[in-house]
Amino acid sequence: MTTQAIRAEQPLLSVQDLKIRIQMDNGEMRAVDGVDFEIKKGKTLGLVGESGCGKSLTSRAIISINPKECETSGTIIYRSEEEQTREELNLLSLDPNSKKIRSIRGRKIAMIFQEPMTAFSPMYTIGNQIMEAILIHRTKNKKEAKKIALEMLGKVGISDQEKRFDQYPHEFSGGMRQRAMISMALSCNPELLIADEPTTALDVTIQAQVLELMRSLQAEFGMAILLVTHDLGIIAQMCDEVAVMYLGKIVEQAPVKELFYNPKHPYTKGLLKSMPRLGGDKSKRLDSIEGSVPMPINMPPMCGFYERCSDRIEGVCNARSVPKTHISDDHMVRCFLYSDSREGDSI
Amino acid sequence: MSTLPLFRRQKTTAAAKPLASADTNYSSQWRLMYLRFKKHKLARISLIILGLLYAVALFAQFIAPYDLQSYDSKYVNAPPMALRFVDADGKFHIKPFVYELKSTRDPETMRKMFVANKEKRYSLQMFVKGERYKFLGLIPTSTHMFGVEQPGRLFLLGTDGMGRDLFSRIVLGSQISLSIPLVGVGISFVIGLIIGGISGYFGGWIDSLIQRIIEIIRSFPTLPLWMALSAAIPPRIPVVTMYLYIVIIFSLIGWTDLARVVRGKFISLKNEDYVVAAKIAGVGNTKIIVKHLVPGFLSYLVVATTLAIPGMILGETAMSFLGLGIRSPATSWGVLLQEAQMIENVALYPWKLFPLGIVILTVLTYNFLGDGLRDAADPYKK
Amino acid sequence: MKKPILNVKNLNKDFQVKSKKTFFGKPSSVRVLSDISFELDEGETLSIVGESGSGKTTLGRCIVKGVSASSGDVVYHSESGESVDFLKLKGKGAKKFRKDIQMIFQDPYSSLSPRMSVYDIISEPLVANFKLNKSEIDAKVTDIAEKTGLNASYLKRYPHAFSGGQRQRIAIARALITQPRLIVCDEAVSALDVSIQAQIINLLKDLQEQYRITYIFISHDLSIVQNISDRVAVMHLGRIVEQASTDSLFGSPKHPYTEALMSAVPQPDPEQKKSRIILEGEVPNPANPPSGCHFHPRCAYRTDKCVQESPALREVGDRHYVACHYAEELNLKGVHDDAVNIS
Repeated sequence: MTTQAIRAEQPLLSVQDLKIRIQMDNGEMRAVDGVDFEIKKGKTLGLVGESGCGKSLTSRAIISINPKECETSGTIIYRSEEEQTREELNLLSLDPNSKKIRSIRGRKIAMIFQEPMTAFSPMYTIGNQIMEAILIHRTKNKKEAKKIALEMLGKVGISDQEKRFDQYPHEFSGGMRQRAMISMALSCNPELLIADEPTTALDVTIQAQVLELMRSLQAEFGMAILLVTHDLGIIAQMCDEVAVMYLGKIVEQAPVKELFYNPKHPYTKGLLKSMPRLGGDKSKRLDSIEGSVPMPINMPPMCGFYERCSDRIEGVCNARSVPKTHISDDHMVRCFLYSDSREGDSI
Repeated sequence: MSTLPLFRRQKTTAAAKPLASADTNYSSQWRLMYLRFKKHKLARISLIILGLLYAVALFAQFIAPYDLQSYDSKYVNAPPMALRFVDADGKFHIKPFVYELKSTRDPETMRKMFVANKEKRYSLQMFVKGERYKFLGLIPTSTHMFGVEQPGRLFLLGTDGMGRDLFSRIVLGSQISLSIPLVGVGISFVIGLIIGGISGYFGGWIDSLIQRIIEIIRSFPTLPLWMALSAAIPPRIPVVTMYLYIVIIFSLIGWTDLARVVRGKFISLKNEDYVVAAKIAGVGNTKIIVKHLVPGFLSYLVVATTLAIPGMILGETAMSFLGLGIRSPATSWGVLLQEAQMIENVALYPWKLFPLGIVILTVLTYNFLGDGLRDAADPYKK
Repeated sequence: MKKPILNVKNLNKDFQVKSKKTFFGKPSSVRVLSDISFELDEGETLSIVGESGSGKTTLGRCIVKGVSASSGDVVYHSESGESVDFLKLKGKGAKKFRKDIQMIFQDPYSSLSPRMSVYDIISEPLVANFKLNKSEIDAKVTDIAEKTGLNASYLKRYPHAFSGGQRQRIAIARALITQPRLIVCDEAVSALDVSIQAQIINLLKDLQEQYRITYIFISHDLSIVQNISDRVAVMHLGRIVEQASTDSLFGSPKHPYTEALMSAVPQPDPEQKKSRIILEGEVPNPANPPSGCHFHPRCAYRTDKCVQESPALREVGDRHYVACHYAEELNLKGVHDDAVNIS
């Protein structure tokens, strides 16, 4: 095999054994506890879970923007596809303020957030801020930068770009701001776009617009997307592969159809069942998951879902940490129900 | 639903520090605030220092070896005396002692100088008899906490231009310097609470009117305003009356800040969901104010009040320094600093700046305390 | 037998907005609720859906008198058969009926006073409305806590000890303790995680069955609305544009806006990548609404008539009301029962 072919098979980003710990007054919180996943070039990986499961921290760890209190360990290998800079980089080994990570952040890996207002400074015009990103990463020529910025604004469906270019963030509506943020994120042609709850603050009709926009831009630019969300509907519509997180661990990971039509983990099943859906049977009670998410502070090695699980095996699930089980090549689940051995995973 | 005891049902964003621990689940607002405050080391230390300062002020007559006005023309501008344990012969004494001060003249400049007479030792004694005073203003006595045997003199921080003991004067001056801001802020607190509350609760034109008045008051430069007001105080009046005048001048200006805090909190709390919920549940207006609004902003008001005190201390010091505030024979730290107005005084007798050090210490500790309280004021904020 | 509990008639609400142009400019007003009328039968759930800025939250708050309406009536039919205008009640009358209509808020973090214990929070409406002694209050609070799935040992705790789902249970207990007949749920489950959402929806349904409570369920989430409601009113820019029974509305919507809303909901089903209707543009500014039909700038079916004439809300089927000039002609797509069931 040529090196070219080997490269083609390698994922753009591999996260291995990512752990994020936070010291609390009353113990250590394992906010992210041994997460592995890969993102392939041009594909979309969905990271889904409830609030506090560690999905946002995971996505932010990739570009090292978590607060200092987060002790992060593991490896995040990034393989740039660009001709001149073919390299394998462990992003976690870089100083969060180093030049290297800053050249990747924004340039090769871009991020969009739930609340676009926080991503823009209220003091500068939208156009100014998009241009700034372009001037840092792409070109030194101001005229050219403005041209690119205007073009990007047009691509994300903002009409009347010349006028919009000179407006301030507060003059934009929520949906417009989100579009502007996407245009800023994509202005440098990133290879990976991290979208953290990109549509949660938006109305359904605007959400549909933004999702459609992200899909069409992905088709055009070919970037990979890491989509972090709590909404299984968005996952179903947008993703190629899905990782379900619960209490800092990925409990199930599979291609999107496999996950929705053949879920294995009791938590995934519970989530899918508890979602009311349009056209569903109205008279039926919703299946709900009992209890609520515990705090991952000073947790003993056990399944975090144990308490809420209807299929729990006493003495097994609450006695050791759960190993990964591969149902098939691309379907992983962390549950003793599918594990051949009842032996615990090494921590 | 059975829960393992180690699981706390708490929602928290990962990066935020939760208050989670088993017993805080049952803790009221004030208890949580106390727990938060306890974590602020600087504030705790400050609280202790302030406690000591106020204790000293309370027992000032007892602690100060000498009276406010007692002077000794033999010892004009005497330097601070050192407390010693070991005498000139290298002998150790269990009781600290001071040498007698002998005044001489510098042979070249003919300036008056004090040297220690190593022949004459006066050891420090506890509970000595001295000038008569009323303990806590009630019990007549002549016992002072410490002193040296007669005819020795003890000047821990030196003396001023009239031969008065600076240490005694700082201690006695603290009664005025530390209480004026407290009383002033107390009055501001009440005025601010009432006027700010009216402004926030009624809104409309009352609110506009009060806000405009506050803006007008605040637009005066404070120092000239103080000066103008204190110039209106009649020159010969009893100390107590003068004290009251000064306090009133301070609170007349000080309440505006507090009124704004109250009004702002009132308005934001009025629209909180839980206040609307109480309204919908049929809870009466008075009860809503007392049970929901006041507890909601009281902690912020305490913080604002604490942070207003240093300003008052500095204001009083500045005014007295300029001769516009407390005037002799009453003494405050600002009055003591008047002697430091002349540069040669400072150059030759640097111990006259001691009151300044105390002022700085007090202002700093109040600021740290306010910081700690501010952190604790909203224990629910993540 | 159907018995009406609430009649909302021609409800209007204007917000005063200070004019930016001149310093002393006269405040202009924005109409956030315009001519809202609907009927509510006892024991049913009416959902009000719409996007942000549609006025649905304001409508809810007007009904419970959280904000005062500018004009219109909210006629409440009490259990004993009295009919009163709830908005104009004062003094004794207000005291008498106040407790019958309660509310549950969206954010369980801001709707519970952090300074009161759970017991005090739940008992507050009771103390305000009834003269009861300590043991009677105790008994009622314990009873309601049990019914809403709260452990009795939680009552001494403070709200910060609880997660979102449990806080919402506390809020529900507070709303229920006066035994109201009508509860306005303002986005009551939107702030909750998916797995908790289902618990709370089921709880609300159980309580309804048990006590014959009537709900006004305000939500932006159509999937939940379809699951919980008997009838649905769709709001757009302060007006009701369509109102019908749930089956009728979701099965055959008559207003293009309803159709677009339903189409925009992402379904948790990767196979069902249906042809979505993606509305262009943004929700118009209520301060400066478009001419004619307020929806026309975003409507795919608009004609000149829509630009000029504002359509009135009219009945097009059995209790199916719609405000569209072409309700009869358009053949709009509803939701079909084609969701794949997951084992």
